Amino acid sequence: MNVLTDNFSLYGEGLLGTVELTVYASLLALVVGFLMASFRVAPVASLRAFGTVWVAVLRNTPLTLLFFAVLLGLPRFGVVLPFQLFAVLALGCYTSAFICEAVRSGINTVPTGQGEAARSLGMTFGQTLGAVILPQAFRSVIPPVGSTLIALAKNSAIAGSFSVTELLGTYKTLNELGYSIIWTFVWIAVGYLIVTLTISAVFNVLEKRWGVPR
Amino acid sequence: MSDTALYDIPGPLARRRHRLYGLASTVVILGFVAWVIYLLFDTHQFTAEKWRPFTYVGIQELLLRGLGNTLKAFAYAAVLSLVLGGVLATGRLSAHRPVRWVATLLVEFFRAMPVLVMIFFVFVALKVQPMPALITGLTLYNGSVLAEVFRTGVNSVERGQREAAYSLGMRKTQVMGYVLVPQAVRAMLPTIISQLVVALKDTSLGFLITYEEFLHAGKLIASNLDYGLPFIPVVMVISPIYIGMCMLLSWLATFAAKRQRRSPKTEAVEVAPAEPGTLLPGAGAH
Repeated sequence: MNVLTDNFSLYGEGLLGTVELTVYASLLALVVGFLMASFRVAPVASLRAFGTVWVAVLRNTPLTLLFFAVLLGLPRFGVVLPFQLFAVLALGCYTSAFICEAVRSGINTVPTGQGEAARSLGMTFGQTLGAVILPQAFRSVIPPVGSTLIALAKNSAIAGSFSVTELLGTYKTLNELGYSIIWTFVWIAVGYLIVTLTISAVFNVLEKRWGVPR
Repeated sequence: MSDTALYDIPGPLARRRHRLYGLASTVVILGFVAWVIYLLFDTHQFTAEKWRPFTYVGIQELLLRGLGNTLKAFAYAAVLSLVLGGVLATGRLSAHRPVRWVATLLVEFFRAMPVLVMIFFVFVALKVQPMPALITGLTLYNGSVLAEVFRTGVNSVERGQREAAYSLGMRKTQVMGYVLVPQAVRAMLPTIISQLVVALKDTSLGFLITYEEFLHAGKLIASNLDYGLPFIPVVMVISPIYIGMCMLLSWLATFAAKRQRRSPKTEAVEVAPAEPGTLLPGAGAH
């Protein structure tokens, strides 16, 4: 029990690290995911191909391999950034593929009439997508995007093994200090539950506020 | 094409404009690729010294052994998580309330935890060897996700099927075994395979607990000073194999889904794709 009270600042630091990773990587994943989804439905063939390849490759890459390649590989090119930024890049790009697929299936749930009406008003592709389709698609992709971001929060645990400060990584220090390893893990588990439950609460609110009644 | 509702069928002018955009974006993408290749050459990644190790039989055997270990962990984890998924789904569909509660609790807990936390817990706290630790973690996580897949599959078999079976005088177990499960499994096959892709991808977590799998073998080669630290060549050899294996399995899932859509045997069932996690643990599937 006193594992938590004795090392509150250590746990707090770890939790903060996990939250930071999750928030930054989520933002990156959302931006890139929406961009890739619009590429995948664009009239320009080479953009469509780029989006398809992006999704197919990243969805089938083990995240550990991606971390391995980004965190240990990019420095060989002389790209030296803080490890946390590398971790955000890897996590964000990986998750963007899943966001893209969620958004794309959301676009498919918008009735065809909406796109046709927009077109008949003389809207361009960008206007149709940005002003008519995506706002409606956004409402139906809230639950799948929420699940994807929860998965992102859980995946951020991998970053701890690549010397980024986050929650799971705290076990090493505590283990060396000689605390009960079982309790250490219990509190780590509680920390992750806090993060994932917060995300699902936020998305439940969003779903209530914006979601499509089904 | 389903998404042509987003833009008009282009006329000659728009086609010319699209071709221009296409050309511009291709140039940008190719430029980026060229820059990466330039960087690769600039940092001497294609020197013979760094690629020579891959011609050595010992190194090739090391890589193959790693690949074998990855596939072995995947095979164990896949079979065990299918079994665990079956058991937990049976528990969740049980008519006895305590059994249902326990199964629900287990499923929701293991789905809400990061796989890596479970793997580390088994590895560090229970002091288990890397391979069983990896398999245990993967089994617990994927088993619980599969349990949810099985449960929603069985529940989504059309109600009339169950009612008809009961009215023929079948027992609970017979209804499950002869009527619901066969239809559910057929419909769930694509979702099950996609979940197995997740299991295959996650075997690479074994790298973090020093299990001697594919990535670990790569790391051994990459950190060898004698070959001039061939990190990038190793990544260039390993990632196509990893991604290729996962793509093959994903492609199998798509193939199964396509076949299933044509099959009259799965008409009574409709299954949503597997979700990476719960939106609200405890609230069941959504």
